Amino acid sequence: MSETKVGTRSELGSFPTERDPRCPFDPPTEYVELRAQEGTASLACPVGVDARVVSRYDDVRAMLTNPHLSSHAAPSTHVVAGGVLDRPVAPGSLLNMDGPGHARLRRLLTPEFTVKRIQAMRPYIRGLVDDHLDALLARTGPVDLVADFALPIPSLVICELLGVDYADRDRFQEQTAVLVGTNSDPAALEQANLEVVGFMTQLVLTKLETPTDDLLGRLIVRARETGQELSVEELVTLGITLLIAGHETTANMIGLSTLALLRQPDQLAALRADPELAGTAVDEMLRYLSIVHFGVLRQATGDLTIGDEEIKAGEWLVAVLSAGNRDESVFPDADRIDLKREATAHLAFGYGIHQCLGQQLARVELQEVFARLHQRIPTLRLAVPFEDIEFKDNALVYGVRALPVTWDGEDA
Amino acid sequence: MKVRIDVDACVGAGQCVLAAPDVFDQRDDDGMVVLLVEDPPAHLEAATEHAALLCPAMAIVVDR
Repeated sequence: MSETKVGTRSELGSFPTERDPRCPFDPPTEYVELRAQEGTASLACPVGVDARVVSRYDDVRAMLTNPHLSSHAAPSTHVVAGGVLDRPVAPGSLLNMDGPGHARLRRLLTPEFTVKRIQAMRPYIRGLVDDHLDALLARTGPVDLVADFALPIPSLVICELLGVDYADRDRFQEQTAVLVGTNSDPAALEQANLEVVGFMTQLVLTKLETPTDDLLGRLIVRARETGQELSVEELVTLGITLLIAGHETTANMIGLSTLALLRQPDQLAALRADPELAGTAVDEMLRYLSIVHFGVLRQATGDLTIGDEEIKAGEWLVAVLSAGNRDESVFPDADRIDLKREATAHLAFGYGIHQCLGQQLARVELQEVFARLHQRIPTLRLAVPFEDIEFKDNALVYGVRALPVTWDGEDA
Repeated sequence: MKVRIDVDACVGAGQCVLAAPDVFDQRDDDGMVVLLVEDPPAHLEAATEHAALLCPAMAIVVDR
């Protein structure tokens, strides 16, 4: 495809993936330069193709709403050496579908994620957060906030949503933690993968036989009643997609944003003094951290224009959400956390028809965590030096591997 | 101010309901946008414009 490029090849050469270790919350420094350049740089990606790297806020939005860009390759494949770009799209694979097929599935699912329905889950989520805080406070620190708080809460929310039996939730939660963990060894990972797929298949078969009043049960009924019956394969893929999308992302946001706030005592003090601030704080932290940190990949299905740049059919493009979220023309003082900032127009959930289906759920989970964690444990602090925290630099969703924290005895 | 919505384009993200709950809602059966007020009063204009800006499907058009 190189002969069709009209843009200038950047001196940057390859797609930036390395952060400055001194600034682990900031995207790679090259993005500043990329945003300032005219046009869009064409950079070599680890997967083995060149891609147009779209880094300005307006261009990212233009790109993600362009109907001539396909999502068929998985969103972060460009950074995966040896990744497969032309894998056939599996039935039910919402993230990789385009056009009417995608719209049909998304519409079957959207009633489960409306603002109203998710608000109705808030008391359950608050209870879950408080239960986990009770359990933490019954112990003496240090504890790993990732393993004992950030991972189980979204996992149990997904269980509630999907209608997993209470008796199965501990096992389900254990295995999904292995699945999304980055410390798991390959054999444990494969075992967990098999177990979770088997578990989801069994859950789907049970719900097909007796659709209960939960997401999967209602989805099955809704599809039947509208003459769009879903296959077992579609339902299992959808279930796994919701599980992974809703678990890993939220868990990483909880861990990473807690660490970032512990490093910003003035902002944290403001949140502690006014838990209502959690409303804007969540969107600001989503913007600031942009945990889908390598951006999302698309391929042109026809000739098109982004900004002033012509793109030819077949070209690959990456919308770098983290770069757009630090675009000073939209977010003044973008490299600073300001929990009072009205940041809802951020790109952390993507944009266009694939914008995160579960965003309202993520917001409510994070709001409850932000409001409750620092209220209940006001002396929360790191139990190790900051320099010892390991970041998931190579994982497709950014975060911390573990977050050892402690607190003063009187918090309990 | 006049507001128009394109239900066919809507993806049910819910951004408009968060931004301007007095102007937009979502249908219970499919999560798609419902326009509650076609000509929002002055005090809702800013929120309505913000909702149009946030919509990931560009399904909200505001004429003034």
